Parts: sequence; structure tokens; C-alpha cells
Amino acid sequence: MTALLEVEGLSKRFRGLKAVSQVGFTVPEGRILALIGPNGAGKTTTFNLIAGVFPPDEGRVTLKGRNLTGLKPNQVCAAGIGRTFQIVKPFGQLTVEENVLVGALARERSVEAARVQARAVLERLELADQANRPARSLTLPDRKRLEVARALATRPTLLLLDEVLAGLRPTEVDRMVEVLRDLNRREGLTILMIEHVMRAVMALSDRVVVLDHGEKIADGAPAEVVADPRVVESYLGAEALD
Amino acid sequence: MSGFSGMPFFGLTGRGMVLLVLAALGLAVAPFVADRYLVSVLTTVLWFAYVGQAWNVMMGFSGLLSLGHALYVGLGAYVSAALFVHFGIGPWAGMVLAMLVAVAAGCIIGFLGFRFGVKGVHFALLTIAFAEVARIGFDHITWVGGSGGFFLPVEAGASDPLNLRGSPMLFYYVALALVVAALLLSRALLHSRLGYQWLAVREEPDAAEASGVDLFRARMTAVAVSSALTALGGVFQAFYFNNLFPEQVFSMGRSIEIILPAIVGGIGTLIGPILGAFILTPLGEVLTFLIEAGGLDLPGLKQLFYGAALVAIVVFRPEGVWPWLARRLRLVRQPGDFRQPGEGA
Repeated sequence: MTALLEVEGLSKRFRGLKAVSQVGFTVPEGRILALIGPNGAGKTTTFNLIAGVFPPDEGRVTLKGRNLTGLKPNQVCAAGIGRTFQIVKPFGQLTVEENVLVGALARERSVEAARVQARAVLERLELADQANRPARSLTLPDRKRLEVARALATRPTLLLLDEVLAGLRPTEVDRMVEVLRDLNRREGLTILMIEHVMRAVMALSDRVVVLDHGEKIADGAPAEVVADPRVVESYLGAEALD
Repeated sequence: MSGFSGMPFFGLTGRGMVLLVLAALGLAVAPFVADRYLVSVLTTVLWFAYVGQAWNVMMGFSGLLSLGHALYVGLGAYVSAALFVHFGIGPWAGMVLAMLVAVAAGCIIGFLGFRFGVKGVHFALLTIAFAEVARIGFDHITWVGGSGGFFLPVEAGASDPLNLRGSPMLFYYVALALVVAALLLSRALLHSRLGYQWLAVREEPDAAEASGVDLFRARMTAVAVSSALTALGGVFQAFYFNNLFPEQVFSMGRSIEIILPAIVGGIGTLIGPILGAFILTPLGEVLTFLIEAGGLDLPGLKQLFYGAALVAIVVFRPEGVWPWLARRLRLVRQPGDFRQPGEGA
């Protein structure tokens, strides 16, 4: 199995505070990897390091063997990584369709061609009936879906999802899980997701990486990881014993 | 068609279209029915509509607050005037260099601002600083008259459109052409790849960047387009008034006058800056008339009323007069009118 994304020895400090320390893992092509851990474990920082929001102090990120370390977010996007934001960032005054259109313009010079793609993505995410509404008027579940739609429209080979299920009701979680599973199985999209909803993590992921205090404490198949005593102690707690 | 609710233009209803056509016709024939005074007022209105539209490209489309747009007006005016006076080069050729100089200045400001992460209010301060430096600097450039002013030769009764010498009617139509051209250009830009990227950068820079938008490039192009357009307004001003004083052309007050039409009319909308100019300039004229008619000619009284009217507009219509008017008079499709995809949208 070839590794699509390779993260090696990634470290980042903020004013002396170690946010991420020597984190390394690989995401094989066509798989879903979940990044879990308690709040403040460095999950989003790891995402931001991969997406180019800031450069790492140490370590490197490669996608299909290409070094992405130190690239800016738009260059990382061009290289094939699409991302969503934990705190959703819709282009509020633009319509839902225009939001996704901006994503499609990453690979498309013609606005009309990008619009066609945007509509296809909206169909896929079941947002087509909201296409002409201003994005600011959407409900939270729809905003989360819009984040995914915009990232998908950039036609990534790797999709980074930062807590797209948080705040959703169980039925909405199931819908989103279905969509993600479908994207992965039918189109072979590789996904790296930060997630707290363990039900979804167990249902979706092929592999789970656990971070705690900026360090990787476990890395393996979902069933192994949730049974790992260190993981239970630091993150899952009594919940996992149910 | 774009359904972007903040920029209704294509979204005009039948009624809106009729009004737009009537307004265009009215402006087209105005000099034939209006007196000299009214034509001069309308020319001023059109000038502010034009530079307001130019400013809107930065603030309205790209979220970049410039409070120093007088810089580009002044550079455009001085460059074209100097070329004409010293080298006999007419404004139609001179405007190219005028625009280039303004774009160069804009790019320096943009580079400093965007390279070093100067954002929001601090970016606005940077734009003010450059305009102020130009104001003080031009006071000392004797080649273009220094603080004593720079004058273009005026011949009575001259009619030489190639050198922008002629009657007030000529200037009126040039100003009208500028407004129409800027409107069409802005509309085309908004529906282009670049335009969508601008709007994305304005709304959420981080998300825009993650969607593949090069923030630096998008912002620099916005500054370049805006400064080039504004410089043309400066060229017009130089040849219309035939005199330039650094204290006026580059003044902070002028920079504020440039941003008011868009703020009053509706930032980020296409019609807003035009409507705003048609509200503000006549408001000033009407106040002058009323104060004189009422015999209350106290110094500063006009400014007081003008300021109060501005405050009222901004307080009651913070999103601008145009979006409100368009909704009230049903000039644009209403938010409830969204066509459903798959139904021929």
C-alpha cells in the first residue's frame, strides 16, 4: 500500500509552548485515517502544519513523495489537499453555490466550468436546493456540509476534515458519514479527519492516530487503539468502557 | 446568473430595469435640457460616482480599506497635467502614464501592507500616510508649481476634444462615459474568476487561501485596478478644473469625499456608489440653497447639516441606501424569489 501523505517528526512551539512534538504518521492512498485526542492535544495544529497555515519548527510533510513543507495554504491546495475549518468559515455574503464555485476555481479558469462542477458537488452533498441562498443563512449542519463541499470542489487527492461532525444531531451524523464513506469507496478519496464522535470514527476509519499533549500516543487499527490503556486513560475515559 | 444578494444588478426586476433605462436616458439628454449650473453639478455627481466605484473595487469587492485614495487622484492629475504643460502630450496619451504611476504607488503600499501582514485599520493608516506624504511632497516640487498651484493653459472657446479642451458639455459626457465604463467593468470583474476570488478574500481570507486563492496576488490586483481607475478620475479633474493645489488634491478631506458615495449608497454593490453620489452632492447643493434662502448664512452651518444628514443615513441604513431602496421598491429579486435548481435556474 503506497503512502499518500507522510508526516515525519512534525514539531511546533507557540511562545515556548509545545503544541506538537515529533508527530509522525502516514495516510495510505484510498484510506480514511482519524486523528483523535483530548482538547488541546495538538490535532488542529497538526492540520494547520499540513495545510501550510504556518511552517513547522521541525519535520516534513510530503504528498505522493512531493515535499510540501513551508508551502502556503493556496499552494498546498494546488498540490491536492483540501481542508475544512473546525469553526466553519463560509463566505457569508456569497450564495452557497458561489462558495463552492470559489473552491472549483482552484483548478478551473473558466467560471462557467467551475459553476458546473460546483453544482455537481452540491448535488453530492445534498445542498443543491440551497444553492441560491446566502451562505450566512444556513443552519450549522448545512454550514458543515458547505465546508466539505467547498473543499471537495478543489478536487483534492487528500481531504482534511476538522470536526465536521461536531454539533450535529445523530441523524445528521449518519448522513454525513454516509456521504464520506461514499466519497471514499466510490471515488477513492483519501481522508484524514479530526473527530470526537467515536461512533463515526469507528464506523469510518481504517486507522486511528491518537495525540495527547502534542505527542502521538497510539497509532493502529480502530479496535486496537480504543483498547489501548493509555488512550482510555487520556482521552476516552469511562465512555469507552461502556 | 448570480444570486449574490449583496450585488444586485443582474438581479434587477422588470421594474428595476425600467428605472435603470429611464435614468440612463435622463442622463444622456440632461445637458440639452439642464442649465449650466445643473450640468456642472451633475458633472461633479458623476465624478464622485466614478471614483466611488473605483474605491469600491478595493473596499467593496476585496475588503481593503483605503482612506488615501486622494493619492491616486492627485498622481493621475499631476502626471497628466505635467505631460501636457511641459511636453505637450495630451490627456488621452498621458492617462496611460498617469495610471501607471498610480498603480506603482498602489503596489508599493500593497506590497508593504500585504507582505508584512498590515491589516484592517493599520492598512488604512498606511494609505493615509502615503497620501499625506504626497500632499506635503508636492508642495515642494516646483516643476509642477509647488504649493502655489499648477495651472493648465485655458483658451476661451477652445474646442479640442483630443486634448480634453472644450465646453462643460464635453466634460459632462466624458464623466458619464467614465461612470458607465466603470460600472460595466466592475460588473464584468465581479463575475470573473478574479472577482469571485476577491469576494472570497473579503469574506474569509483564511478559507479563500485554503481554497487555492493567492491572497497576495488577489489583493495586489485589487489595488492595481482601483488605483488605475482612480488615476483616470484625477486626469479628468486636472483638465476640467485646470488648476491643481496639493493641499486640495491630496487632502484627507478629498479622500473621505471619495469613500462617502459607496458608504452611503452601499459598499460592495454596483449601483451603490452611483446612487450615493446622486444623494450626497445634491444634498450639499440643496443645503447651500436653503441656507441662503433662509438668510442664515452662518459659517459652518452647511457642514453641520451635511454631517447630520450623513450620520442619519449611516445610522438608519448601515448597509447603504441602495440595498434598502432596491428591496422596498422591488427593483431586485427578493430573497424569497430564489429559483430552485433543476427548475431552469
